[in-house]
Amino acid sequence: MPLWGMIIDLDKCTACRACIIACKVENNIPISSPQTVREHRVINWLEMVLFPEEGREEHPWKVRILPRPCFHCDKPPCIKVCPVFATYKNEEGIVAQIYPRCIGCRYCMNNCPYNVKKFNWFEPHWPETMKQCFNPDVSVRPRGVVEKCTFCHHRLIKAEEMAKAEGRELQDGDYLPACVQACPAGAMYFGDLNDPNSQVYHLSRSPRVFRLLEDMGTEPKVLYLTEEKSE
Amino acid sequence: MKYVQIDPKNLGHEEKLLQPLLRTTPAFYWTILILFILVGWGFYAYSVQVRRGLGVTGLNQPVYWGFYIVDFVFFIGISHAGTLISAILRATQAEWRRPITRSAEAITVLVLLIGGIQPIIDLGRPDRVLNVLRTPNLRSPLLWDVISISAYLTCSSIYLWIPLIPDIAILKQRVPRFRWLYSLLSAGWKGTEEQWRKLGKAISIMMVIIIPIAVSVHTVVSWVFAMTVQPFWHSTIFGPFFVAGAIFSGIAAIIVAMAIIRKVYHLEDYLKPVHFSNLGILLLVMSAIWLYFVIAEHLTSYYGAEPAEMTILWDKLFGRYAPVFWTMVIANFIIPVALLSFRKTRTVPGTVIASISVIIGMWLERYQIVVPTLVNPRLPYPRGLYFPSWVEWSILVGSFSIFILFYVLFTKFFPIISIWEVREGKELGIEETLERLKLYQPEEGELTRPGLPGLHLKKE
Repeated sequence: MPLWGMIIDLDKCTACRACIIACKVENNIPISSPQTVREHRVINWLEMVLFPEEGREEHPWKVRILPRPCFHCDKPPCIKVCPVFATYKNEEGIVAQIYPRCIGCRYCMNNCPYNVKKFNWFEPHWPETMKQCFNPDVSVRPRGVVEKCTFCHHRLIKAEEMAKAEGRELQDGDYLPACVQACPAGAMYFGDLNDPNSQVYHLSRSPRVFRLLEDMGTEPKVLYLTEEKSE
Repeated sequence: MKYVQIDPKNLGHEEKLLQPLLRTTPAFYWTILILFILVGWGFYAYSVQVRRGLGVTGLNQPVYWGFYIVDFVFFIGISHAGTLISAILRATQAEWRRPITRSAEAITVLVLLIGGIQPIIDLGRPDRVLNVLRTPNLRSPLLWDVISISAYLTCSSIYLWIPLIPDIAILKQRVPRFRWLYSLLSAGWKGTEEQWRKLGKAISIMMVIIIPIAVSVHTVVSWVFAMTVQPFWHSTIFGPFFVAGAIFSGIAAIIVAMAIIRKVYHLEDYLKPVHFSNLGILLLVMSAIWLYFVIAEHLTSYYGAEPAEMTILWDKLFGRYAPVFWTMVIANFIIPVALLSFRKTRTVPGTVIASISVIIGMWLERYQIVVPTLVNPRLPYPRGLYFPSWVEWSILVGSFSIFILFYVLFTKFFPIISIWEVREGKELGIEETLERLKLYQPEEGELTRPGLPGLHLKKE
């Protein structure tokens, strides 16, 4: 079984946020208004997280910037607490959310140490013109359910079908989430962490690798490569 | 077997206990009207939430839970008033329990209904609530809650009903309204010796069953938090801490309810200062236990000094939640201890003031368990503050009002002080207690011990 994972090279990342826009368009994520931002209710499946750097007393403006999708933990704390099995880890290691079943109790959000899950506080809203451009592969979420990054799971289904039609095995690079595809700096990599022929397999063995809140034991499948320290 | 003989036509002094059912003053209708308006307002607020979504609350990213979950924990806590206290007092044969048990048990059942509904109000999709039965995940603490709260509701309803049966049989003959209801609920009670024996047995069985269930309910409620990985929630002490807090707020609720019943229905001869004083001592003990848990919980976190926990601890003690925290300490410890430690202030008004203070304090305690943790997540982003909206305030007021409304109506349908138990106390209790006291005394017999050499204490 493949173990889908992502690697983000922070040395290459320019924090241009193209990944966020690509994700928003790909996954039919509602557009946030300034009001939503003020209310802290923005829905983004991928976010830029600002970490204050060490020694911030001297340099309070110095921050580290991390693009943060769902980490698709191999031991996800969120799936245990869902009372209705609306969130689960599928056999390919992707942590999925069943929108038509979710009762909106937000317990999974509370048990996610990374706060990556998002809630539909209101009916999702788009400008009239954008309603023509929905991605038909991704369902639009109703009000009152929890949603999150799916590693663009619909793309995996498409890639598998394509490979099957062409009568070949799925290859490294056939299946890429929208954010990885859009990254202009080439800072994001995606593939099968178990496949020795894949790029991510080799990158995941780099000494620069770290995972966020690694000591929580959640075994996240999004890995970061640290940046060189610049003084 | 000895049992009480009650003539429904002539209850003697206990006629007084039937008066609330037979006579209704205009003040009653005014109370009902005001409560109806407040409940209606709560329903309106909820309808707004259902129409527009949970966005009408003050909840946000990352404060996913707020007032509704606070109220849930708080109301379930109050529910421990009744059943647990009355079961413990019955089990220990405390004679002074007799006029208290009924009003305490009624609190349990009614407040459980209100508390149990709070998580459903909190749902983003209340229309799908039955999914917890269609696709239940037994690993989820929320499902443990569903199971334990429904078990508790069932058992405490039975435990309320069984001791009501002899009284309902009286009502069947005395109250002109709702004959069908009373004859259905009296379950063919004739007052024979056999029936009294079975009633006693049923009460004993239920009171033993109810104690572990009651403890489990609040433990499971605490596990909703303790099973997560969030700082200050993931704590082993939460189970006993919540149970102690629940009993604490429960006793306070009984005292306030008793004081109102006493005043409104003129039952001063039944609910005497000694009852308030005794419950006041219980409240005082629970207050001390509560402080012990608070210190144990916060000191260990402080000493461990984990950054994520320290942020929350500082926020609670000296930061944005300091007003809530210190008000809670004053309301839950300083005021009750100051009032209840001295016989001079452990009067009816004294215990009532202490109880109101504890009720407020315990609500604040639930608030500062739920909210500060969510406001300060492990990762420094996202940040959000929580200010409850008018919808949440209205539903809070509505929830309190619907509980009071149900309680007031209960006193109009059933005697709020158990007639037969009070009578039993008068007729049999004193004798029984005297006999029991004799059992405790040392035997006065031969002072020799023939089996043990060297220990011969021969009489002179």
